[in-house]
Amino acid sequence: MHNRYPNEGMSLIVKTITRFTVWLIFLFGLYIFLHGHLTPGGGFAGGVIIALSYVHLTLAYGRNYVNDVLKKSTMHSLEALASLLAVLVGIIGLYAMGHFLQNFMGVGQLHHLLSAGYIPVMNMLICVKVGMGLYLVFYYLASYHLEEGK
Amino acid sequence: MILSQFIFVPLAAAFLIALIARKKENFAAVICMIASLWLFVNSIIAFFRLPEFGGMIMKTTSGWKIPFTIPFVLDNLSAFMLIIISLIGVISAFYALQYIKHFTGKWNFFSLFMLMFTGMNGVVLTGDFFNLYVFMEISLISAYSLVAFGTESEELEAAFKYATMGAITSTMILFGIGILYSFTSTLNMAQVGEIVQQSANKKVIFLVFGLFITGFGLKAALVPFHAWLPDAHPSAPAPISAMLSGVLIKTLGVYTIVRVFFNVFGAPQVVLTILMLLAVLSIVIGGFLSIVQWDFKRMLGFSSVSQIGYVVLGFAIGTPLGILGGVLHLFYHSIFKSLLFLNSGAVEYATGERDIRKLGGLSKDLPITSSTTMVGTLSISGIPPFNGFFSKLIIIIACFQAGNPILGFIAAAVSIVTLAYYLKVQKHAFYGKKKAKQILEKVPFTLKAAMIILAVLCLATSIILIPSIREATVQPIVDTVVNKTQYIDKIIPYLGSI
Repeated sequence: MHNRYPNEGMSLIVKTITRFTVWLIFLFGLYIFLHGHLTPGGGFAGGVIIALSYVHLTLAYGRNYVNDVLKKSTMHSLEALASLLAVLVGIIGLYAMGHFLQNFMGVGQLHHLLSAGYIPVMNMLICVKVGMGLYLVFYYLASYHLEEGK
Repeated sequence: MILSQFIFVPLAAAFLIALIARKKENFAAVICMIASLWLFVNSIIAFFRLPEFGGMIMKTTSGWKIPFTIPFVLDNLSAFMLIIISLIGVISAFYALQYIKHFTGKWNFFSLFMLMFTGMNGVVLTGDFFNLYVFMEISLISAYSLVAFGTESEELEAAFKYATMGAITSTMILFGIGILYSFTSTLNMAQVGEIVQQSANKKVIFLVFGLFITGFGLKAALVPFHAWLPDAHPSAPAPISAMLSGVLIKTLGVYTIVRVFFNVFGAPQVVLTILMLLAVLSIVIGGFLSIVQWDFKRMLGFSSVSQIGYVVLGFAIGTPLGILGGVLHLFYHSIFKSLLFLNSGAVEYATGERDIRKLGGLSKDLPITSSTTMVGTLSISGIPPFNGFFSKLIIIIACFQAGNPILGFIAAAVSIVTLAYYLKVQKHAFYGKKKAKQILEKVPFTLKAAMIILAVLCLATSIILIPSIREATVQPIVDTVVNKTQYIDKIIPYLGSI
């Protein structure tokens, strides 16, 4: 992606290395949340790692570049949408099966990627929520400067 | 009866506000009002339909059997708390419609407000210790943010203080829950209660008592755990102050104390004695610290410390009459303290001033605010026929009946002190010499309407004491608390295997 802010962020060496490492971190986050119902990990842990990939990008390239990659308002919307959908999954369970958060999808076969009912869906939603939320916390903490004495 | 609606309606409303109302801020208020009204209507329906279900509804999440899942339990006490939360919630939300127009980021306010609602409803409904902790944190973290909503330095300081003390005591509660879990191998409240009451060697439970009294005592702002309240409650916007003082300290503090110590642990005498001591300390110290305050809202904060002492004293006496007094004072205090906080908000809105020494003669300029403040003053000081009189009278009589005349005298004496510091507000702010050019803005309609509704309720809720109405409404709640094992006995049959 074209960098409109070449002078922000860290040196060329850091930027070049980041171009290789950021995808690895991102992929590792995807792996953790996709396998959340099979191996240790899950939506929260995967979300944190995905947020860290954005933090990594911010440190190397600066805030404005990341805002070009994924807009701040989009992150806000994704975060709210993911949590709303997570509540909706619970409500669907209530109306389809009789109990709040009850499983309404096939449980599949043990150790298969598509199994465990709605758990992978919830993992995905929680991953988006945590990833976007944590990155936004970082973003806002990084962008505000309090003047001394105020 | 869908119990989970009390959780998912405000939760979905909070996220919906965050999703769509960021660009259109008016939607935030509309969604918040619809959700609060929905909860209010449904909590009343739940309370009056409860006898149909034998006084208790238990619903599990995920359709599994307890103790493998989280149960939501609605009994008379929970239903009563739900009504209080949603009543004060809906009135505060209505008040906030015009009150917060000067703030930026209104959707944040309504979203956090709904999250606080979710947390409190969850605390009241849950039948699981760890879930109790989670919902408690949801409402507390929203409360921290709402206290800091104005983002002035003193508000941030108050929120930081509240967050620090809240986090430390939440950790204590979590630690206590951990000990309980290692002792009983379950987190279900009823099962914990059964195992603890049957076990022979239960010395470790006293450590849990200590941790829980400190933890829940801080949430309830009992002396000596009250230091955060006089900073945090005045710093929040007025509708949030009303929610915090009117409902939050009762839900997270008093309700949890009653539920955990009465229904789960069977009200051991040592805990009742400690609670009684803390309650009397709160009544006296809160009362006397209020006298010296000149900041209207800070004075109300100290007054909350004093009044929560009365509520806890009622429960700690442990007799049916004392518990009746505690339940009634809990309900009545939520009404008149919310009213007084909304009054102070209206005064601040109109004059921009909270120091009562700089105000004077407001009764002519703000007739509705002035008269409703008078109603609140008379109620909280215990002047008949306003509701506060009856609940305080019952608590005082219960003290004498239980053979503690000294407590009765203290409670009666501090009631006079209460009248003194509220009359100080009346004298300095609403009557006395008029100051020039103090009204900056008119009090808008929703503020007036909310205050009038609460003032009417201050008088109207006295009718609960009429024997036939009392039998139908408050008596089942008292029975729930008095019959200590009823809660456990009703849930244990639902225990099952996977």
